[in-house]
Amino acid sequence: MSDRSDIVQVTDVVVEFDGFRALDVPYFGIDRGELRVLIGPNGAGKTTLCDVISGKTRPKSGRIVIDDREVTDWPETAIARLGVGRKFQTPSVFDGLSVYENMELALPAQRGLRGALAGRASWRDERRILALLERVHLRALARTPARMLSHGQRQWLEIAMLMVSGARILLVDEPAAGLTDDETRLTAELLRDLAGAHTVLVIEHDMEFVRRLQSRVTVLNAGKILAEGSLEAVQADPRVREAYLGRGKHG
Amino acid sequence: MPRPRDLVLAEVLRQRSWAAGLRWFDYHAPALGALLLVFGVPGLFALGLLDQSDLARLGRYCCLAMVAIGLDLVWGYAGVLSLCQMMFFTLGGYACGMYLAMHGPLDGDGIPRALFVVSSDPEGMQLPWFWKPFADPWFAAAAVVLIPGLLALVFGWLAFRSRIRGVYFAIITQAATVALWLLFCRNDLQLCGTNGLTNFTRLLGFDLTATATKVGLYIVSAATLVLTAWAVLRLTATRFGRLLLAVRDNEARLRFLGYDPVAYKTAAFVIAAVIAGIAGALYTPQTGIITPANMTAIESILVVVWVAVGGRGTVTGAVVGALAINLLYAWLTTEVPRLWPFILGALFILVVLFAPGGLVGAWRAFVRRGERTA
Ligand SMILES: Nc1ncnc2c1ncn2[C@@H]1O[C@H](COP(=O)(O)OP(=O)(O)OP(=O)(O)O)[C@@H](O)[C@H]1O
Ligand SMILES: [Mg+2]
Repeated sequence: MSDRSDIVQVTDVVVEFDGFRALDVPYFGIDRGELRVLIGPNGAGKTTLCDVISGKTRPKSGRIVIDDREVTDWPETAIARLGVGRKFQTPSVFDGLSVYENMELALPAQRGLRGALAGRASWRDERRILALLERVHLRALARTPARMLSHGQRQWLEIAMLMVSGARILLVDEPAAGLTDDETRLTAELLRDLAGAHTVLVIEHDMEFVRRLQSRVTVLNAGKILAEGSLEAVQADPRVREAYLGRGKHG
Repeated sequence: MPRPRDLVLAEVLRQRSWAAGLRWFDYHAPALGALLLVFGVPGLFALGLLDQSDLARLGRYCCLAMVAIGLDLVWGYAGVLSLCQMMFFTLGGYACGMYLAMHGPLDGDGIPRALFVVSSDPEGMQLPWFWKPFADPWFAAAAVVLIPGLLALVFGWLAFRSRIRGVYFAIITQAATVALWLLFCRNDLQLCGTNGLTNFTRLLGFDLTATATKVGLYIVSAATLVLTAWAVLRLTATRFGRLLLAVRDNEARLRFLGYDPVAYKTAAFVIAAVIAGIAGALYTPQTGIITPANMTAIESILVVVWVAVGGRGTVTGAVVGALAINLLYAWLTTEVPRLWPFILGALFILVVLFAPGGLVGAWRAFVRRGERTA
């Protein structure tokens, strides 16, 4: 089942919380440049899978390979430097800093202590930051403290931070939560544009949004992978229907 | 860059506008405060409006305000509550005190008097080996910086690397303070036990009882305070400062962006410790004594109160809070000494409840309101 060319390879991974098996995955892989969607009912283990890939949670057993390197016990900082970026389920930006300063900290250069005393971002970085802010409609708010942003704007700021960070693998947890229809559409467009140059894993409940992404879908339920394939194929799968219906969830 | 018109004094006076005056004052207040401290206070002393005890007291408060600046860097900016800043202060004070004691009256076989009088066996007493190098002012000066700095480096690095945070970090810093306090209270450490170091007479050849020396020490303390405030403000305006705020707001986010917050937190902690050590070294010749009482647990907690009342994360707030509360203390303990703990407690609670930004935060809100109504 394992595909050697996958840029992200999760093999035989088991995650337990106090004996509760939150994740039990024989193999999960994402191809280079692929846009993959992860769906599943609440508590299925979707966020936990992201946590394992990004080093936030250590698996009880199993292996994580990213870009041909085994990162199973790497600290999260090292995995991030390898090029794994992540948007959290609850938007997570630096409230005390302005939108622009948030972007500036996301720049890949100068992460060490010495770089910290260096001055502002270079002219080229600045242009890139402003162009990205333009795309997520935050350009006019560049000097605004992030704490003043709406929920949707914070989601976008976090995605824009990923885009400027130089990450090649993006783990995007529920980017459409709390967005208006227009905002949802723009977010889907953004993520589709990112795929190709980036490998993107998106977690989402909103089926309309998932449809827009037009990508392969993996269904997770109770820590196990139920099905993988196109959205139509997956939705037709009786086991998937049962998982959603059995828990009384939308499907 | 040309200044906005309402920041030029001549223009403000011409406009006779209350809002413009407020803005001018707000903009220039730090510089005015610095001038008042460094030149104004000695001037008032020369005119006889302040006496020697006022001057000595203000000099000591300048040193305490430096400790508050350090705490503001770690707590106000990086969000790391430290309850051991006065421990670093006292270590710096002891390093300076040992130098001063070595150049004060010596008893027996060249033993500083403070050490000689607490000795259980003064007859055949030898000077402990670790005292000797402190006779050298350069060694003592290096110790003032390096002892607190290295302690903070090791302690901070171990704690931050183990991801000890928030209240847990506060508790272990408190525990370290108590442990060191107990250690310094012991006579067999040969640092004069609870009596502390005293009997100082000369500093770098200057007579400590001379008025000129006292004025000089005051000016050095005030100038060092101003310089520290300026340097830390500059530091917080760099990328390092923004990273400290990011640590405070969302340390996990920072790690997933590929940063290692341990380095930043440790750096801030070390800087704060060094500032506290220097402050302690300037404090000691002005009080003429340094004892373990300077590092009891409560002393470090008081620094937190100064910063909270003055306003976290502003640097100027730390200075304002430290000076204001200590001046209030000096005034009230002569008037109503019993009531002071209650007054301080009430002040702290009032600020936390009604002005979370402290005095500086409240002042800024007031200035903004003035600008809006103008
Ligand atoms: N740190 C933790 N400690 C204990 N249990 C946890 C922890 N993190 C997750 N869990 C449990 O693991 C299971 C999977 O959680 P996870 O957050 O991965 O679900 P999810 O699919 O992302 O759900 P949602 O759609 O609600 O975000 C849940 O039952 C959750 O309660
Ligand atoms: Mg989740």
